[in-house]
Amino acid sequence: MIHWLVMPVVLPAILAPFIILAARYHIGIQRVFSVVGVLAMMAVALGLAIETSDGTVMLYQLGDWAAPFGIVLVGDRLSTMMVLLMSVLALFVLLYSIGSRWDERGRHFHVLFQFQLMGIAGAFLTGDLFNLFVFFEVLLIASYGLMIHAGGNARLRAGVQYVLFNLLGSTLFLFALGAIYAETGTLNMADLAQRVQLIGAEETVGIRVAAVLLILVFAIKAAVVPLHFWLPSSYAEAPAPVAALFAIMTKVGAYAIIRVYTMIFPVDLEVTSGLHGTWLLPVALLSLAVGAVGVLAAKKLDRLVAFAVISSMGMVMVAVALFTPESIASALYYMVHSTLAAGALFLIVDLVRQSRGHLELRIDAPVAGAALVAALFMVAAIAMTGLPPLSGFVGKLMVLNAAFDTEFNAGPDVWVWATVLIASLISVVGFARAGSILFWKAQSDAAPVPETEREVPSALSFAAVGGLLTLLIAHTVFAGRMYDYTTATAAQLFAPDRYITTVLETPGKLSDPSVGGYEEEE
Amino acid sequence: MEFLVASAIGILTAGGLYMMLRMRTFPVILGISLLTYAVNVFLFASGRLTTGAPPILTDATVYADPLPQALVLTAIVISFGMTAVVVMIALGAYLGTDDDHIDDADVPKEDAT
Repeated sequence: MIHWLVMPVVLPAILAPFIILAARYHIGIQRVFSVVGVLAMMAVALGLAIETSDGTVMLYQLGDWAAPFGIVLVGDRLSTMMVLLMSVLALFVLLYSIGSRWDERGRHFHVLFQFQLMGIAGAFLTGDLFNLFVFFEVLLIASYGLMIHAGGNARLRAGVQYVLFNLLGSTLFLFALGAIYAETGTLNMADLAQRVQLIGAEETVGIRVAAVLLILVFAIKAAVVPLHFWLPSSYAEAPAPVAALFAIMTKVGAYAIIRVYTMIFPVDLEVTSGLHGTWLLPVALLSLAVGAVGVLAAKKLDRLVAFAVISSMGMVMVAVALFTPESIASALYYMVHSTLAAGALFLIVDLVRQSRGHLELRIDAPVAGAALVAALFMVAAIAMTGLPPLSGFVGKLMVLNAAFDTEFNAGPDVWVWATVLIASLISVVGFARAGSILFWKAQSDAAPVPETEREVPSALSFAAVGGLLTLLIAHTVFAGRMYDYTTATAAQLFAPDRYITTVLETPGKLSDPSVGGYEEEE
Repeated sequence: MEFLVASAIGILTAGGLYMMLRMRTFPVILGISLLTYAVNVFLFASGRLTTGAPPILTDATVYADPLPQALVLTAIVISFGMTAVVVMIALGAYLGTDDDHIDDADVPKEDAT
């Protein structure tokens, strides 16, 4: 049974080469295998999430090597929840890319898609920092291929920027890992959590540098201002389903920050005190604001959505930076919401592109049959900007509530409240402006574009977008139960003892170095 | 030896960063390569600098830490592959637009699909 934990990594890793070897010229067979693979992954992820929902920490020792020496995969509430979220998003994105025939516009879409899922799942499940780097590279190299899927000069240009920025991030990651290894002699997260505590007050220079480098790397992935420059053009130029899948990629950065800075460098640790409150919180508020202003200033719909992603990542990071159990719980709730909402919005952008032929926010001839797209856009925009009644509103309420009566100040944290509320207002205005230009105002003297002239999106495309929006509504309706779950998750994160003992004390090969080898243990 | 290794890492990093700040793809890719060389040497140094010591735990008191060597090997393979990918993408972008600037000051207007 314990082998299920490695399935989210192994399944796409087997499926992708199989698709490329057996079905490279048959798009139909590729589609079948890809959908079946994602469905199977979703089932496994659901099973894992149920298995860990009572607080169990699942451990998978690769090759049966014991923890600090071998690589381990660890499944707790947070990682299994993220894997489940990823597989659900992936299913709808895949359905959309099939429905809109995006997967036919270039080669090997499904193969790269599976490798992308493998990298993301691995990053969520791994219990080893160097292994996290390796899975980051797996998901990045697959994302490079997906990013320039279907080609085009503007896309290739944006792809170069994206790849170079991420290569620089990877190099920084390696510098951080080298510094951590030099200071502690281990890269296993559970082992690190114990060893960092032991570093004396006089010898903290190295580990401080490492902690800051590491948070920089994760901030690049999470597109926190001022490290967000790669995001708008790459998300806007990427094919729509790929951009929708990338909605989970920024969350990988947020996940890594939550994981590393609750376990290895917790808030009460002297070495890194001030990193969260003094440094992370202001830049998170800044990203929230910059994202909102970008939403208002965008001249094209795809850029507008990309800036909305930056803004919502800022929102997540504000909640993370407060670093209390309540704020982490609300950050997790908002993270699920923001992934689904951003995914749905990028798909809707593609629907708009199909009906209008371009994405410029300018008044144009009316388009027949745009009512359904307009309705979907309105629902997704309401969710994204955090207006009632959808989950964005609930999530923001939770974050504001977590910023109330913190240890720093009684009553509302003025900066957080003011920035969140004003940024929400600005992005509401931005989305309302875009929506009214696109769907309401039209050149009244121009003849409407007849429906037959444009390619009508297939029913499957609408089903995929509708599915994501239905999930958002479910996320709102069951907000109480979701919040209970994320609260339990946050509680588990703030009491990492069970994680650490499970990882370090489960027997395996070399579990006791003094024995001198695994032969004696047989 | 410490001074030699440290200054080598420093010079490689400085050179790499300088090249990265150029706005053309070729110097930027060279800069990325220099940075990856720097980080590879840095990873080696993270296991402490020893000469003539076996890379395994033996009864001897002096040994070279084998783990950074494995890390460096992984890092070399990954950075090699990534450099190949970025060269191909950059070449495609250059041949497509006849322009190898990295910044999108004048993004060519063309079909978005």
